[in-house]
Amino acid sequence: MAGQTDPHISLFSPQEIEFMAEDELVEIVPNMNMEQLNFISGDFGRFIPQIPTKVPLWLAVALKRRGKCTFRPPGWMSVDNLTQILEAERESQSTFQALPFSYVEIARLLIDHARDDIPDMFMVRSLVEDIRDVRLHKLETNLGSFQGTSAVKISNVSAMEVNIVRPFVRRALEAFYKHDKPEADVDRDTRSSRQQREANNEPRRPLRQR
Amino acid sequence: MASNSEEGESSADYETMMSTSDVELLKRAWRNEKAAPEILQYEGALVQRAKEQIELVEETIDDYVENGIDPLVVSLYQMDLDRTQFLLRSYLRVRLLKIEKFMFHNLKSEEAERQLSEQEKVFATRCADDLAKHFEESVLLKLPENYQSVLKQSLISEVDDMVPQPHLDTFVVCKSKNFVSLNLYEEGESPETVEMERGDLYFIRYKIVKGAIESGQIDLI
Repeated sequence: MAGQTDPHISLFSPQEIEFMAEDELVEIVPNMNMEQLNFISGDFGRFIPQIPTKVPLWLAVALKRRGKCTFRPPGWMSVDNLTQILEAERESQSTFQALPFSYVEIARLLIDHARDDIPDMFMVRSLVEDIRDVRLHKLETNLGSFQGTSAVKISNVSAMEVNIVRPFVRRALEAFYKHDKPEADVDRDTRSSRQQREANNEPRRPLRQR
Repeated sequence: MASNSEEGESSADYETMMSTSDVELLKRAWRNEKAAPEILQYEGALVQRAKEQIELVEETIDDYVENGIDPLVVSLYQMDLDRTQFLLRSYLRVRLLKIEKFMFHNLKSEEAERQLSEQEKVFATRCADDLAKHFEESVLLKLPENYQSVLKQSLISEVDDMVPQPHLDTFVVCKSKNFVSLNLYEEGESPETVEMERGDLYFIRYKIVKGAIESGQIDLI
């Protein structure tokens, strides 16, 4: 049953992860007048010069590319805050700092399209890259110490990070669960009837064993 | 970190408010469908509403073009339309992909069939018929009589053991919208529960969260 481990059906592509991040709201300062936009995804604006307003990232990028607005980078993207986060990430081996779920994608889009609106852009970029690297490394190291076979809590892990470790973690947990299960069955057998075990085995019978 | 959690709180509030929008609902359906191992209930009403809104905006855009509205505004509406159309298409395609994979399983029981839309049922039936015909013509009819079933290994098999099944013991990543408490094991096995706070992320066995996904308490990521 190769189809069951096929990662393509449940995995999101990087483009899809970015697509989801593009719905995050950011603050922009328009430099033109425009009526309210009544989109399928919601109403935004109206747009008045110098009056900040919140719009989805994709709309902000579209306006920015036409020179119609400037970005107000989110608070967490300041050098001070990112430096603090990086330090805290390095300090603790097991916990992750709270960052927006799509921090990598948001930072990337802002740096690509609105670099002139980000104070200390190069510093911000290298801090975000460092944070990403430290977190990914930590995440990989932590995979070795996952606890529990049915539910594993992963706090403050971002969209991209989840997506990267998902195929591996899923298969690992599936294997843990499979090997854990027969033991539980043996335990129960001492107490319960054999019929129950058979009924229990039924749905898990593999189609074909290699 | 303190300021961040506060920000997270208000954006979560905004999220719950936004989740009433059909685009948000469609995005949720799309994400769940992509992440779940089995086919979920078809969101017929939602798809219908999304289609109507797409048509409406298409007409609006045509009107705008005719009336010489600012091309910038027109292109922004077009982008919003494109995003919604992508969600809708991708949602329907993911479902078709799953139907192709589990067609015999999807058609086996009334309950499984109820998950599909009318068009999907037609598609699944035709797929299954074609595949069965192909198997029979190329292999099965040349085998001894006991081994000619598409669904069973041989006549002595009690269950349909040649039907690919969705792998429900697999693990998914989920995020809870509110506080939920879930049984970690199937009934009678063990009373252990897991308690999720709002916004918690978990790697969890699909069977445990299946009910909570259907009732909308939990989203797959």
